[in-house]
Amino acid sequence: MSIERIVIVGTGHAGTQLAASLRQDGYAGAIALIGDETDLPYHKPPLSKAFLKGGEAELQLLRPEEFYVKNRVELMLGRRVAAIGPAEHRVALDDGSTIAYDRLVLATGARPRLPALPGIDLGGVVALRNRADGLMLRAATVGAEDVVVIGGGFIGMELAATFAALGRKVTVIEAAPRILGRAVAPQISEHLAASAVAAGVRLLTATTLRGLEGDQGRVSHVVTANGERIAAQVVVVGIGVLPNQELAEAAGIACANGIVVDRSFRTSHPDIFAIGDVASYEHWMAARVLRLESVQNATDQARAVAKSLLGMPADYRAVPWFWSDQGDAKLQMVGLSFDADEHVVRGESGAGSFSVFHYRAGRLLAIDSINRAADHMLGRKMLAAGFSPPPAAVRDLSVDLRALAEAALAERAAPVIAGA
Amino acid sequence: MTTITFIQPDGAAREVVAKPGESGMQAATRAGVEGIIGECGGSCMCATCHVEVAPQDIGRLPPRDDIEQEMLESILTDVPEGSRLCCQIKLVPELDGLVLHVVEIAG
Ligand SMILES: Cc1cc2nc3c(=O)[nH]c(=O)nc-3n(C[C@H](O)[C@H](O)[C@H](O)COP(=O)(O)OP(=O)(O)OC[C@H]3O[C@@H](n4cnc5c(N)ncnc54)[C@H](O)[C@@H]3O)c2cc1C
Ligand code: FES
Repeated sequence: MSIERIVIVGTGHAGTQLAASLRQDGYAGAIALIGDETDLPYHKPPLSKAFLKGGEAELQLLRPEEFYVKNRVELMLGRRVAAIGPAEHRVALDDGSTIAYDRLVLATGARPRLPALPGIDLGGVVALRNRADGLMLRAATVGAEDVVVIGGGFIGMELAATFAALGRKVTVIEAAPRILGRAVAPQISEHLAASAVAAGVRLLTATTLRGLEGDQGRVSHVVTANGERIAAQVVVVGIGVLPNQELAEAAGIACANGIVVDRSFRTSHPDIFAIGDVASYEHWMAARVLRLESVQNATDQARAVAKSLLGMPADYRAVPWFWSDQGDAKLQMVGLSFDADEHVVRGESGAGSFSVFHYRAGRLLAIDSINRAADHMLGRKMLAAGFSPPPAAVRDLSVDLRALAEAALAERAAPVIAGA
Repeated sequence: MTTITFIQPDGAAREVVAKPGESGMQAATRAGVEGIIGECGGSCMCATCHVEVAPQDIGRLPPRDDIEQEMLESILTDVPEGSRLCCQIKLVPELDGLVLHVVEIAG
């Protein structure tokens, strides 16, 4: 059966890139891009930074409006897909209408998880995911003096830096002993914590909350488990996300912390695919099932699924990378460090310019960098090629790692002489 | 008002009027300039906003910061003087008339 109609659910980074990639790869059939947000598809990362800073900063669009017309992408904004009928090859929208598809791609992303705390429904409590949340947060911040951030993850620490720069008194409440504990090496946590504190942020690690208190429906304080009451006219929640998988689940598609997909991003139903924050897959670099939440993951998967939809070879072997801009501090990450058993520091963590190289059994898995963009970029190349620099060379700043890696890779590329 | 010109590898030119505070990448993506993608939204992470500044304009720009420099060194063997990631170029009024050549992304 030829593919004449591809329907994409979700107008985020993944869905929008897929529409672009399908056209780039020569697909001539119909594309419907359906999303429940009313804005033209836009960049999410600035929501925790520039968008909050300027009083009326605009969204940064992923593509200009003409793009959708020129590329014949039927953009259906403000429409929620309510159900999937896999047997009928149709999706039902919230207004009761239905749309036929030959292939369906779910790029529904994720939504913030909320802690089960008394008072979490109070006004002034915001979890940031989209523009609507951003506007709410911006409005709540006007006239607010004290901001509490629940969760010292990436978004929480970015928000803390943004609010501190806006002159607010910011407290971050983190349950774990260190910020970003699940994601980065301890040296990186330490550096980012120090830079937040230097910017005026109060950081409470190993701290949990008993609840939130309000006044006439609006939040006024958070109360820690030890009973400290901290003033807060704005509370931002950043304790992680839940994948938007319910639509797929209701249609009988296999889900387990996300929509389960294979190496070509196919779900348990052969004509339905999933990409981006919502997709759970066995990662080629980590040999474990995971879900990544990043722009790189969303866009590279979109490029790959476009190829698999069009029947082109698509072995997904993108190297994951990520960044987090926290005030003046910039973290760059490449690879997946989950299974590391050795952490090697290059540079001086005290001097604010260093990287942590993560190894497992001598194999390089990932690099986290602070102000060492060259290590980060070299990491993308080395991990793509499967080259692991010896830890001793990494530790020694007098070794030119790039030259070392390039020499090793050139040698590999050189033809093997028979019989030699 | 800051008007800048993007020139494609085939010579086609496109003038864009920047909004106050915009970067070169933001102006280009808003106007739909081919070849400027801005995938990382301007965080100096993706190099999909790579341009070559016209020789006469190189001296008008503030120098690259360390991250931009290292990113460029990573994608190019030799970094020509005019190579820039245009998400890092803030289009202040003094840059009116700036000419940027869109270059194909290495790698
Ligand atoms: C504040 C913030 C800062 C971030 N910073 C960074 C960063 O610095 N670097 C980085 O790499 N990543 C960052 N991220 C993460 C990045 O934005 C996500 O990984 C990315 O948006 C994932 O893209 P996606 O298309 O999978 O999902 P999304 O962008 O979430 O898009 C999914 C879309 O689908 C819609 N949708 C869901 N269900 C339905 C339905 N049934 N019908 C119709 N539409 C539906 C949603 O409303 C949403 O618009 C940040 C995220 C946030 C929120
Ligand atoms: S937009 Fe990504 S580096 Fe410029």
